[in-house]
Amino acid sequence: MGKTVVSAALARAASRVGLTTLVIEVEGKSGLPTMFGQGGLEYEEVTLHPGGGPRGEGEVRARTITPDHALLEYLADHGLSRISKRLVASGALDVVATAAPGIKDILILGKVKQLERAGEADLLILDAPAAGHAITFLQSARALLDTVRVGPINAQARDVLEMLTDHERCRVLLVTLPEETPVNELVETAFSIEDRVGVGLSPVVVNGLYDPIDGLEVDPVEAAEAAGTSLREGEAEVLRDAAEFRLDRIALQEEQLDRLAAALPLEQLRLPFVFTTEIGPDELEVLAERLLAEIERVPEVV
Amino acid sequence: MTAPDLRTLVEERRIIVCCGSGGVGKTTTAAVLALEAARAGRRAVVVTIDPAKRLADALGLEGLTDTPSRIDGDWPGELWALMLDTKSTFDELVVQNATTPEQGERILANRFYRNISGALSGTQEYMAMEKLYELNQRTEFDLVVVDTPPTRNALDFIDAPRRLTRFLDHRLFRMITSPGRGVLRAVNVATTTFLRTVAKVVGAEVIEDAVAFFQAFEGMEQGFRDRAEAVLHLLSDDDTAFVLVASPRRDTIDEATFFAEKLAEADIPVRALIVNRMHPRFGDGLAEATRARAESLAGTAIGGLYRNLADFQLVASREEEHLSGLAAAVAPAPVVRVPFLKTDVHDLDGLRDLARHVLPS
Repeated sequence: MGKTVVSAALARAASRVGLTTLVIEVEGKSGLPTMFGQGGLEYEEVTLHPGGGPRGEGEVRARTITPDHALLEYLADHGLSRISKRLVASGALDVVATAAPGIKDILILGKVKQLERAGEADLLILDAPAAGHAITFLQSARALLDTVRVGPINAQARDVLEMLTDHERCRVLLVTLPEETPVNELVETAFSIEDRVGVGLSPVVVNGLYDPIDGLEVDPVEAAEAAGTSLREGEAEVLRDAAEFRLDRIALQEEQLDRLAAALPLEQLRLPFVFTTEIGPDELEVLAERLLAEIERVPEVV
Repeated sequence: MTAPDLRTLVEERRIIVCCGSGGVGKTTTAAVLALEAARAGRRAVVVTIDPAKRLADALGLEGLTDTPSRIDGDWPGELWALMLDTKSTFDELVVQNATTPEQGERILANRFYRNISGALSGTQEYMAMEKLYELNQRTEFDLVVVDTPPTRNALDFIDAPRRLTRFLDHRLFRMITSPGRGVLRAVNVATTTFLRTVAKVVGAEVIEDAVAFFQAFEGMEQGFRDRAEAVLHLLSDDDTAFVLVASPRRDTIDEATFFAEKLAEADIPVRALIVNRMHPRFGDGLAEATRARAESLAGTAIGGLYRNLADFQLVASREEEHLSGLAAAVAPAPVVRVPFLKTDVHDLDGLRDLARHVLPS
C-alpha cells in the first residue's frame, strides 16, 4: 500500500514545517533510507535529513526496533542483564512469546513509549506492520493485560495502552490504494482498531492516484492541428489509447474514493502515483509537498 | 532444453505452490491455476490462507471452511477449494501423533498450546505445508494448489516445519521435563533459577502453562520431526512446482528476487514467474523524447496528451527494467506478464477472464 513511502513523506513534511522527526521501523527491512538517498538502518539512530537551513527545517532521524533488541534493553533496564543473553540466545524468547502472545509487540511498543516519554523528537512515526498484523500489534497491550496480570510486563502493557488510547499523544494513520480490495481492507481495519483498541484515527492516506491531465478528452489529431503541429503515422492511436487508459483508471479510482468516503467518515489525504516507480529524494520532496497541501486542504481534525 | 510453460505445469504437476510477498495477487493466481486444471479435466483443489477471504469471494463461496468444498462449473474436471484453518490443522496433527487419546486432550486443553497457532511465528506456514501434504496423500485430487502466507522471509515456509520441531524439542524444556537424569541435574538448578527470573518478568502462571505444555508433549517429538522431514521432501519433489507471483513494483521485485535466491539455495527451482498488474506499453517511443515533446507543447491539449503518453512509457520501461533481473534469476522459468485489469476478480467469470491473461491458449 506504500506504508513506508507515506511514513517517509510524512516525516519530510513534518521536517519542512520545523518538527524534528524520528521514524521507527520494526520489520527489520526497509526501503526508507533509500528514499532519503542513504544506506541501511540500524538499531542505533541515523540521520536521514539534516535540520536547520534558511527555512528552519526539522531533522529526520530513523532507527529500527526489533523485539530481541528491545528485550535485551528492557532486561538491562530492569537489572536482569545477567540472564538476557541467555534468554535471547537459547531461543527462549520464542517460548515466552508463545506463552504470552503479544509480548514481542509490547516490547516494541514499550520502547516506542520510552522514546516518546524521553522527548526524543517532536514527532515519532512508527512504520507499523501491514494490515493483518496491525490489529494484533496494536491490540497486544490489551491482550497482555489479561495474560500477564502482575509484574513489569503488566506495567509496561498498561503504559503502552495509555499511550495508544490517548488521542493527543497518538494517532493511527491508515494507508490504502484507490482499489477495491485495499479499500475493503482499510475499512475493516479502521473499524477493528477503533473498536478493539480504542485508538484515535487520523485522516487516511490514499496513495497512488493518477493525477488528472488537461487535454486528454481532446482527439489527438484535432489537438495537434489546434497547436499547429503534426503527428507521425500511428501516433494518434497511441496517444488516444494512452489517454483512454488514464481516463478509465481515474474514473475507477474516483469510484473507489467515493466508496471509501461512504464507508468511512474520515478525511482523505490523497497522494499521486509516482511514474518513475522508485522513490528517491526528488520524488520524496514532491510527495511531502503534496501531503502538506492535502493537510491544509482538509479541516482540522484534532 | 526449454522449460515447461505454465500450462504444462498446470496439466502435469501434482503440487503447485504459489509464493511471493503480500498484495501481489497470489490468492487469485492460485485460484486461476486450479480453475485451469479443472478445465483441462483434472481434479484440482486450491488451499488458501487468506484472512480477507478474497478467494472465497472470487469463487462465489460464502464462508469457505477447512474441508474442501466443490465448486460447480462447466468444466470436465473438478474444482475444490478450502481455507486453511491453522488451529484445526494443528489440532489434527497433535491428535494423530499423541501416544494416547489422553495425551492429545491434555495438549489441546493447555493454554500455552492454544497460543501456538496464533503467536508462534512460522506456524501458519508450517500448517499450510502440512495441509498440502495431507491433501497430496489423498487419492481424490490430481493437483493441489497452495497459496502461501505473505511471508517476508522466503524461507519461512520451507524452514517452518523444522523450526517448529526445534521449538517443540527445546533444550531448555527438555531439561525441565527430564528431572533428575544424573548429569543434567546440575544444569537443572541453573534452569530453575533462570525460569524463576523469567517468571518474575512475565508472571509465574505463564511459565507454568509452558512447562505443563512441554511435559504433556513428551514423547511426541519424533512423530513431528518425521512428518516435518516428509513435508520437506515433498516440497523438493519433481512433482512439485513453485510458482513465484510478483507485481512490477521495485520493492516487490526486490523481495521476489530475494525469495528466488533463497529457494535456489534450498535446491528448489522456481518453475514459473507470474507478474501481475503490469502497466500497458503504448507505442515504441522513448519516454524522454515524448516528455521533451510534451514540454515544448506545454499548455496545449496535445501537450497534455504527450505528457500522459510519456508517463506510461516511463512506467512501462521502468517495470521491464525491474523485472529483467528477476527474470534472469529464475531462468529458464517462463515469465508471464499479466496486465492491470479493470476490476478485481469477484466471480468465476472474473477468474476466467484473468485466466486468459495468465494462461493464453
